[in-house]
Amino acid sequence: MKSAVIVFPGSNCDRDLAVALELVTGRKPEMVWHRENELPDGVDFIGIPGGFSYGDYLRSGAMAARSPVMAAVKAQAERGVPVIGVCNGFQVLTEAGLLPGALMRNAGLSFVCRNVPLKVENSQTLFTSQYDSGEEIVLPVAHHDGNYQADEATLDRLEGEGRVAFRYLDSVNGSARSIAGILNDAGNVLGLMPHPERVVEPAHGRTDGRRLFEGLIESVNA
Amino acid sequence: MKARVFITLKTGVLDPQGKAIHHALEGLGFSGVNDVRAGKLIELDLAEGTSDAEIEDMCRRLLANTVIENFRIERPEPA
Repeated sequence: MKSAVIVFPGSNCDRDLAVALELVTGRKPEMVWHRENELPDGVDFIGIPGGFSYGDYLRSGAMAARSPVMAAVKAQAERGVPVIGVCNGFQVLTEAGLLPGALMRNAGLSFVCRNVPLKVENSQTLFTSQYDSGEEIVLPVAHHDGNYQADEATLDRLEGEGRVAFRYLDSVNGSARSIAGILNDAGNVLGLMPHPERVVEPAHGRTDGRRLFEGLIESVNA
Repeated sequence: MKARVFITLKTGVLDPQGKAIHHALEGLGFSGVNDVRAGKLIELDLAEGTSDAEIEDMCRRLLANTVIENFRIERPEPA
């Protein structure tokens, strides 16, 4: 599987995401700088990493969402290539209009950095087939702006269409309906605040994130 | 030519920052504050002749996130 990880100035989980992808796919991802206008040919999967692109200036993810490479990411997403945005990557995807809603300052105002229990709401997606629906997993979060908000009609649609992929089981950041991760309407773009790439091998203490990447590979190879 | 863009959270959108400011004001003994909403002011220095439509386009495409924010453009009256 050929994957690409987008790198913005201020990304800081790009290496973690690359290491996780190499571990699971056996192939180093291409690291693509934000100024590129094109992605490498034949990319099967695109990852948008966590971090603080552009120092979170204006709004988290706002600048990165308008960088040249995002037009290429959009074009690939429209062709059905799976895209995952983790943490700042989720913020970038909402700012770019690839996912609905917005990620606002945590309701408690604090930066939240800890392991959080999550419920896998839908296991019938490109990304979650290695989990069971309703399964409880634990992934780390580390964010200041993870408070997912959208209007009621959008939230109802996300729920009704099975597009809420992950939900917090604890009070974490004030997200509407405890949403931790959502899909686009075509189901090939996933944004989530928790960091699956940080828990992919036993040395990390947990491996709950690994199955997300394994599920993705299975979907891509199917 | 200067223009100012005021960006505010839409009504009903929770504003944790405004809440914290409110609490801090109360902590300083200001008891008559009913609510606080925080926003942004962006000052633009623009080429002469920049149209209102162009500034609005800047707001919609970057300066404001219209999912959660409203914007208002203020520019000096033409001489």
